[in-house]
Amino acid sequence: MIGHGGGGRLSGELVEHLFRPAFATSGAALGELHDAATLALDGGAGRLAFSTDSYVVRPLFFPGGSIGELAVHGTINDVSMSGAQPIALSCGFIIEEGLELATLGRIADRMGDAARAAGVPIVTGDTKVVDARLADGVYVNTAGVGVVPDGVDIRPSRATPGDVLVVSGPIGLHGVAVMSQREGLEFGTQIESDSAPLHGLVGAMLDAHRDLHVLRDPTRGGVAASLCEIASSAAVGVEYDEAAIPVPPEVAAACSFLGLDPMNVANEGKLVAFVPPEGVDAVVAAMHDHEHGRGARVIGRVVADHPGVVVARTRLGASRVVDLPLGEQLPRIC
Amino acid sequence: MRFLDEFNDPELARRLFDEIERLATREWAIMEVCGGQTHSIIRNGIDQLLPDSIELIHGPGCPVCVTPLGVIDKALEIAALPEVIFCSFGDMLRVPGSQHDLFQIRSEGGDIRVVYSPLDAVRLAEEHPDRQVVFFAIGFETTAPPNAMTVHLAHQRGLTNFSVLVSHVLVPPAIEALCSSPTSRVDAFLAAGHVCSVMGTWQYGPLVDAYQVPIVVTGFEPLDVLDGIRRAVAQLEAGEARLENAYERVVSSAGNAAAQAMIEDVFQVCDRQWRGIGEIPASGWRLSDRYADFDAELRFGVSDVDAPESSLCRSGEVLQGLIKPHECEAFGKECTPRAPLGATMVSSEGACAAYYQYRRLDVVPVEVGVG
Repeated sequence: MIGHGGGGRLSGELVEHLFRPAFATSGAALGELHDAATLALDGGAGRLAFSTDSYVVRPLFFPGGSIGELAVHGTINDVSMSGAQPIALSCGFIIEEGLELATLGRIADRMGDAARAAGVPIVTGDTKVVDARLADGVYVNTAGVGVVPDGVDIRPSRATPGDVLVVSGPIGLHGVAVMSQREGLEFGTQIESDSAPLHGLVGAMLDAHRDLHVLRDPTRGGVAASLCEIASSAAVGVEYDEAAIPVPPEVAAACSFLGLDPMNVANEGKLVAFVPPEGVDAVVAAMHDHEHGRGARVIGRVVADHPGVVVARTRLGASRVVDLPLGEQLPRIC
Repeated sequence: MRFLDEFNDPELARRLFDEIERLATREWAIMEVCGGQTHSIIRNGIDQLLPDSIELIHGPGCPVCVTPLGVIDKALEIAALPEVIFCSFGDMLRVPGSQHDLFQIRSEGGDIRVVYSPLDAVRLAEEHPDRQVVFFAIGFETTAPPNAMTVHLAHQRGLTNFSVLVSHVLVPPAIEALCSSPTSRVDAFLAAGHVCSVMGTWQYGPLVDAYQVPIVVTGFEPLDVLDGIRRAVAQLEAGEARLENAYERVVSSAGNAAAQAMIEDVFQVCDRQWRGIGEIPASGWRLSDRYADFDAELRFGVSDVDAPESSLCRSGEVLQGLIKPHECEAFGKECTPRAPLGATMVSSEGACAAYYQYRRLDVVPVEVGVG
């Protein structure tokens, strides 16, 4: 079902119950679910980070980006969330017969531009064409490799009570931009995707404080899904203050109109960091000095209570449980 | 869009809470009719912050929740037909019928489209003259005008491949049914502001008089809800029963004349089954006879589907405010958003879904390590 790809509970179950048992090996890099796997190199220093993602976005072009930028930024970000600096990307195209060559050319140009701007070259690739109506124009897969610096150990299960949650900037822009373009919705102002590569920001954060505990780029399912997954895999409680979440007014308006929660809406150029308290000031200062972290804010903390559960403090001072969305976000009736 | 932060201001909210606390000298049960208000209350934790003497009872105003199983089954049957493009608001896709939901029909090849505006369904019919486009017209008075507009336009444009599956319901007859029920505990009602923006407030005066119950037309943001509660408590404490409008920035007493004219043209009042509650006389709209050609039930011959409800599901009692969601034995066990027994566990406006989603910590044990 389509909900199995929505990044919510159904996606998690697919990985947990179908793929994980099927792919089990003795050297289990899949042991801990994370955006990127890290692999020790025989005899060498550092570790290799390795990740892949497929991009099936519709429409192919949207305000602030296209499937091309997404495919480059998304995989760079997945690799970066292990603390690695990405060194190269691969790409695979699955093209529907009949796609205009000019369209494919524009996508390729955008990918090339994005990769050059990020300083992470695309070094290998593959192309397949399928019959008309078997794909939505074009699907793009990218994989990326990077090197995790010595002394860096970033993974979900390191979330520890006392850690401070930092989000790198305003949330919900990508999801609302794509949705408004796809459905022809207009909200008075043009909302642009926040698609951006985050490895530079991650590098600056690590320079400020080596011992970051967890990084996550909150794409499908939004910040709420990322927090739920991390709370669950580290068996810690997570709390955030609703009033501290940076939600741009136009995103708040669009979400209110559609009955969505900005915390569940996808981002493509933001990260959430779990930082030990002694490093917070330095990390937030470093983020504010970086172009992709200017809007960074502390939004919450890790607690020892209610392990596995995320709790929001509402503006009015009450609290509520924050759930992993089941599958697709469904606009409500009235 | 303005007014999001203004109506969510913690300091003003604090003052309203204090005022309610000062006013309330005894126990009162107030029903918010609309599911949108229920979610606002639970999501923002308003019920946690009210004095213990004020109980909020969650009403039946969730269109997805009260759409009868038989109608869902009709929708599923029509949506599975190969010639059909079935258009629905997103909310309806996960509502369980007696066998499946629309998501399952879609994964088995049914052409089901989520629309944001009902008029998108008319556009689809124009773009696909070789297909039958069916729009699932459900909801309260709020969604009725645009839904009626689809039929009006399809008629005007001579579209023969467009039809609607109608299951509209009306708020005032539901309030009347609750007031006249011997089991009702409701002392005052918060009426649904958006319904009143269409229909006005004039329908509620007779209910206030007949049942001597305060009705306060109320909005949806936290301060709107709190002001509605404050006014209801003030009336109850003074021994009054009046119709009050606490949502004047949106609602007038006459309502929206153009919208009412569109409804009048396309729909006519009928008796209607409410899921979990039963039949309420004159509580719905169906297509009026002059638009019978656009009736999907007639076009696809599905008017006789009848289906029994799960015997475990107590959503009817939840919808009438007789029990709270977590007092149902199946809550969080046999019935979860993943495998819902009743629509109140599915819809973003359903009380069971609100309790499961936001109050799980208090009411059901949580699994760790999934995900």
